[in-house]
Amino acid sequence: MLFSESFQMAITALMANKLRSLLTMLGIIIGVGAVIAMVSVGMGVRSNIQTSIASLGSNMLIISPGSSDRGGPRGAAGSMTTLKYDDAVAVKNKIKNIDYVSPTVSSSYQVVNGNQNWNTTVTGVTPEFMAIRSLEVSTGSFISKSDLDKRQRVAVLGSTVVENLFGTENPVSRNIRINNQPFKVIGVLDSKGQSSMGQDQDDVVYIPLTTAQERMQGITYVQSINVQVSDPEKMDQVQEEIEELIRQRHHIAAGKEDDFNVRNLTSIMETMNQTTAMITILLGSIAGISLVVGGIGIMNIMMVSVTERTREIGIRKALGATFFNIMTQFLIESVVIGVIGGLIGIVLGCGISKLIAQIGKFTTVITILPILVSFVFSVGIGLFFGIYPARKAAKLDPIEALRYE
Amino acid sequence: MATKEKHLTIRLQGIKKLYQIGDQEVAALNGITLDIHSGEFAALMGPSGSGKSTLMNILGCLDRPTMGSYQLDGQEVAHLSDDELAATRNKKIGFVFQNFNLLSRISALDNVALPLVYAGVGRKERMERAKYFLDAVGLGDRADHQPNELSGGQRQRVAIARALVNDPHIIMADEPTGNLDTKSTKEIMEIFEGMHAKGRTIILVTHEPEIAACASRQLLVRDGVITRDEGKGVVMDVV
Repeated sequence: MLFSESFQMAITALMANKLRSLLTMLGIIIGVGAVIAMVSVGMGVRSNIQTSIASLGSNMLIISPGSSDRGGPRGAAGSMTTLKYDDAVAVKNKIKNIDYVSPTVSSSYQVVNGNQNWNTTVTGVTPEFMAIRSLEVSTGSFISKSDLDKRQRVAVLGSTVVENLFGTENPVSRNIRINNQPFKVIGVLDSKGQSSMGQDQDDVVYIPLTTAQERMQGITYVQSINVQVSDPEKMDQVQEEIEELIRQRHHIAAGKEDDFNVRNLTSIMETMNQTTAMITILLGSIAGISLVVGGIGIMNIMMVSVTERTREIGIRKALGATFFNIMTQFLIESVVIGVIGGLIGIVLGCGISKLIAQIGKFTTVITILPILVSFVFSVGIGLFFGIYPARKAAKLDPIEALRYE
Repeated sequence: MATKEKHLTIRLQGIKKLYQIGDQEVAALNGITLDIHSGEFAALMGPSGSGKSTLMNILGCLDRPTMGSYQLDGQEVAHLSDDELAATRNKKIGFVFQNFNLLSRISALDNVALPLVYAGVGRKERMERAKYFLDAVGLGDRADHQPNELSGGQRQRVAIARALVNDPHIIMADEPTGNLDTKSTKEIMEIFEGMHAKGRTIILVTHEPEIAACASRQLLVRDGVITRDEGKGVVMDVV
């Protein structure tokens, strides 16, 4: 018997009980839909976190000062003043596989233009900062090496600051006051939007590191050093080398605690990825349970269907249907339920995912993998839960089946 | 091969069918030996519980005997597997049942074509052959009707067309007129007589002597054995 014949029989049987077929499919529809929607939410969280970490720069090591512990109450992390600009220079010069090294200091100041004022974070940076954070200048230029050397009073503004101080005017070459000191605006940055943590990445002012240290804060130390490693494979090695070098420079004896920390953004990203992957799997598998429940629904209905159609099976067997013929007929029926249910579920799942994105203003990411997996799974469920009823049908004794009322 | 053997469609030898009921073994058939020649029209009679249904099931390859030999067209079928029996039924036996046993959801034409589906015949040829046999029983204009739109007599004619469609050696009819009125009974029996006249082998189970009288041979089953066999060997001359 041809496959197309069995297929036609299955469709005829399903069409004969439209409502029942639809209700049976509903289990699969909801299951597949839920899997796709849930996984898209999980993937959305993941992509949010990834972009926010990537916006800090990739392959990044961050060196920050440790907490002060010279007796008495300990200071907060980063309160040590031992990390110097020279440490950054030494790291850059002595360690291989490093693209950029960028030391920074930052503090909050009142920034004034005419009668407009705005409170924001003012960060002292070196020219490398631009490359390390992948910043783009929309007008003007970024802080240069000579600005750094001459401790120039120049500033590069983020778009939020520009909006608040200048409105729609072009701020380049204009003068502003930061903490009552005059600064010349030399550039405006491209907007980077909000980070996934809800931080406005455009609410920033950048000035030369030396200017910030000496003219604004009157300090000699730096608050953090960002290091971009050229090869992600070398992250751990470079981290170790940096730790060793700075311990040496700070004359820290073996066994004593470091007065600085080196954090690896890639490892943070990996942890985050693992966490979001867990969340995604959790959401997906909870939704997957409804798929299995849907499969049991298929089995249930197929069992009823086999009992109801005992006589039909008897007739078919008397006319020469083999075990395989009957088995195929019923199996195709349950697989068709799985396939159609799966397809409707995919449409439903994508719809729900878009709806969540629309209403919740939340990024959802629909990828082909969960669609494929849940579809294959729903077909598999149709097949698996169809086997028992189909076998039961195919094993019926024709004499008994024909006698069945 | 000898001419006589060529005409031997059915040969039963020492057929027994035993059922286990509790601790007791009950013999539904207790040693049946029977030859039916090609072209014979045999009526199988007997009271209920006599074993005639069991015999019918074994003859129709729906069931296997516990012991004994059953040769159908010279081939031993007593110990075939389920699927081999299914194939034998499909090719060699056409069934007509008391309650028609048509599939209710499909048209008369599709019902007639059903055995050909399992015989692996292509759709086009299936429809042509089904149409031919539906015409032959006078229901060509009812091809698209579903069984519940047909009268009892018409349904039984559809069932006969279905029994004939794969050109079987034997037609097995189990009380084919049991659910029909007198007029339909007459029509159906005329069709059977017509088939007999064309040389088909027919085995008819009935408990009505008038119906049995249409057959050329009457077999009486009682307590699992054949107690009477009249008209044996009478084969209608094929003109």
